[in-house]
Amino acid sequence: MNTSENISSSETETAPVVPCWSCHGPLTAGLAFCPTCKAVQQPASVDHFIRLGLEVNFDVDLSALDKVYFELQRALHPDRFATRTTKEKMYSQAQATAINDAYETIKNPLKRADYLIHIKGVNVMPDGCNLVNDPTILMEAMEVREKLASAETISMVDAIANDARAEIKDVIAGISLAFKGDDIEGACQLTTRLKYLTKLLGEVRQRRTQVS
Amino acid sequence: MVTLLQIHEPGETPEPHATKSELAVGIDLGTTNSVVAISSEGKPEVIRDNDGSALVPSIVAYAPDGSAIVGTLAKGLLLSRPEAVVSSIKRLMGRGVADIKSLAGQLPYEIESTNSEGMVRLKVSGQSLTPVEISADILRALKERANERLGETVSKAVITVPAYFDDAQRVATKDAARLAGIDVLRLVAEPTAAALAYGLDAGAEGLYAVFDLGGGTFDVSLLRMEKGVFQVLATGGDAALGGDDFDHAIAEYFLGQRTGELHEKSFSADEAKVALMTARLAKECLTTDESGEWVIEARGETSRHSLGRDELDLLIKPLVDKTIKICSNVLDDGGVGIDEIKGVVLVGGSTRVPLVRKRVGEFFGREPLANIDPDEVVAIGAALQAEALTQGSDTLLLDVIPLSLGLETMGGLVEKVVHRNTTIPVAKAQEFTTFQDGQTAMSIHVVQGEREMAEQNRSLARFNLSGIPPMTAGAARIRVTFQVDADGLLTVSATEDSTGINAQVEVKPSYGLSDEEMATMLRASMEHAQDDMELRLLTEARVEAERAMKAVESALKADCSLLDDGERDAIGRQIDVVMAAVRGNDRDLINAEVENLDSVTRPFAEKRMDKGIRSALKGVEVKKLDT
Repeated sequence: MNTSENISSSETETAPVVPCWSCHGPLTAGLAFCPTCKAVQQPASVDHFIRLGLEVNFDVDLSALDKVYFELQRALHPDRFATRTTKEKMYSQAQATAINDAYETIKNPLKRADYLIHIKGVNVMPDGCNLVNDPTILMEAMEVREKLASAETISMVDAIANDARAEIKDVIAGISLAFKGDDIEGACQLTTRLKYLTKLLGEVRQRRTQVS
Repeated sequence: MVTLLQIHEPGETPEPHATKSELAVGIDLGTTNSVVAISSEGKPEVIRDNDGSALVPSIVAYAPDGSAIVGTLAKGLLLSRPEAVVSSIKRLMGRGVADIKSLAGQLPYEIESTNSEGMVRLKVSGQSLTPVEISADILRALKERANERLGETVSKAVITVPAYFDDAQRVATKDAARLAGIDVLRLVAEPTAAALAYGLDAGAEGLYAVFDLGGGTFDVSLLRMEKGVFQVLATGGDAALGGDDFDHAIAEYFLGQRTGELHEKSFSADEAKVALMTARLAKECLTTDESGEWVIEARGETSRHSLGRDELDLLIKPLVDKTIKICSNVLDDGGVGIDEIKGVVLVGGSTRVPLVRKRVGEFFGREPLANIDPDEVVAIGAALQAEALTQGSDTLLLDVIPLSLGLETMGGLVEKVVHRNTTIPVAKAQEFTTFQDGQTAMSIHVVQGEREMAEQNRSLARFNLSGIPPMTAGAARIRVTFQVDADGLLTVSATEDSTGINAQVEVKPSYGLSDEEMATMLRASMEHAQDDMELRLLTEARVEAERAMKAVESALKADCSLLDDGERDAIGRQIDVVMAAVRGNDRDLINAEVENLDSVTRPFAEKRMDKGIRSALKGVEVKKLDT
């Protein structure tokens, strides 16, 4: 990872040279700041991993992710440009927005898995990874929902939540293995399962407030 | 002293200092009280009046000629001239006439009922005023307090808003500042500002909850603080729950006693006002006392009322329960367990109520922090942020949007586009399609809130996307993009993807001021409004000129060798001309000279681009040779 002033794609040698909007001098496309006059630039259209200077990988060190995220926002957040020109404010907002989007996607295992499947360009199922397509999950979901609806105490609700959380852990480990083995189809199936379990946890939360 | 043109060696032009950094204050615009503070070199200071009081009561009294008195003086007129005095106006910010109807009977204002659409208007001293204008008067008084104290004109501020304020309420606040001639550097959420004050003061690290109960609003925010980063994980609250509601509960109790005692069937508006004042007094006394007795005198009848701490606790328990329930939801939203919380910060005057402190302590299982005055801590945080924004800083505030943003879809349902607790700034797009063959227009209704049906949420704006080419139902692809900026304000744009038809709307809330209304108010508000506007444009021109000069100077430093002496001199001379223009007050001249600078340096820029591209190509060739 370069310093925040030189956020660049990993393939700088092929990136074109473009003029800086402020000093009109040359800069490598994708840089967040002009190396000459330090003016903030429009964000590059790169994938979320490249934007944060991370390897394209399902396994992410979350504290390293936070570190790089804070470092980038420190340099590019609109708060740094509050007294600058309208254009600089605009570009900083666009940069901060893109960084937030990347961070939010990579931080969350489900969104990260979905995104990785998307950028790997593999269209495993016509609608991507969609739980509506999986009849076994549909059946199971109906059963768990009935169980949840009949759970009358907090501890009964929590038991369902704990089962779901334990399985989520396993599923995430499974997704990691699948990506490591380049088994995109397998990753996709497990991601569908993760989607279902995440949704279930949301429903458990709702039920918990009803019971208490 | 007049300095004539200075001649510099190219590349050695000093940093332009034509605009000396302007003072920026922090303003807590509260329901009951407002506070203004300033910070320099990291040392924040609340600006007090001659009696040492920091609090400016958010109360405005109007004379028939429209002149306004703000603060303690106005508060003194509350009972004697009720028709001329407005209090708790923050509760009406960004609210529509329909919202107010649901509050009917609770509000000590006369609402103008002529127009059922748009912004609420109040009848005060025979005038018709919007909450934005009334808030602007409070802001002007705060600005004057700062001007007097600092001996300079303050024109920039960070203004705090409840974290739970929706888009309409935030826009109204920003409009009020504009009317008062204040350039809003940033709207900051109140609990976040408080966290900033605590975090920088005590070097707090870890997960913190900020419990902020003010006069009319309740917020709770969950933050992660570390090494100058203040990351809001989740926020919740109620934009219409505060100490005012405690007062109402006590007043109702007193009025119940009174009507029984005096064998009255009902009570008058005046009695209600007196009861409310008495209730507030009782609440404040019972912060330290165990019990007390109060007298209500109205309509020539006197009634006596005793109230103990236990009875008070019973009266306000349902309200306090509500706040604790919201705390529990916010922890849930943040995915954080109570045992992970390292500290709880109390903010807002209503956290002085013993039951509130007790219940917050019990819920979080620890003694809450209140070592910074809960009435002043928000303004202190705002002042720190104002300094950070104008002087530069390593502190980073990452706040979230408190309420989801969505669009009304078929059957009045809401499709959420930006979910609550998403870090701002954020942009999200959603695709929609037509549902009728040949449909050429689409109406877009933007709402904010968590409910399923559009009508149950706050309506922010409606607009039409027209000119969609006629296609079969479902063929058009309409992409609606929501951009929320760092102030939490929304801009919506829409495009039809197959044709690129674009519609951009700044979301002027359904209950907001139109641009014409704003312009009229600006004209009418004060003679200086025009000057304010001019000054702002002049400042913008100077900022732009400084950017342009800095850019050219950097370029000269980097690529000086590409120019001959004549070219260098020409550029140096033009920089001096721009600097001279910046020192003057002619905005058009500044802009024209910046354009001239651009023209003079154009050949230089072309040479630099040529050089850049050549060396990039060389780099590729070298790499190719290497491999």
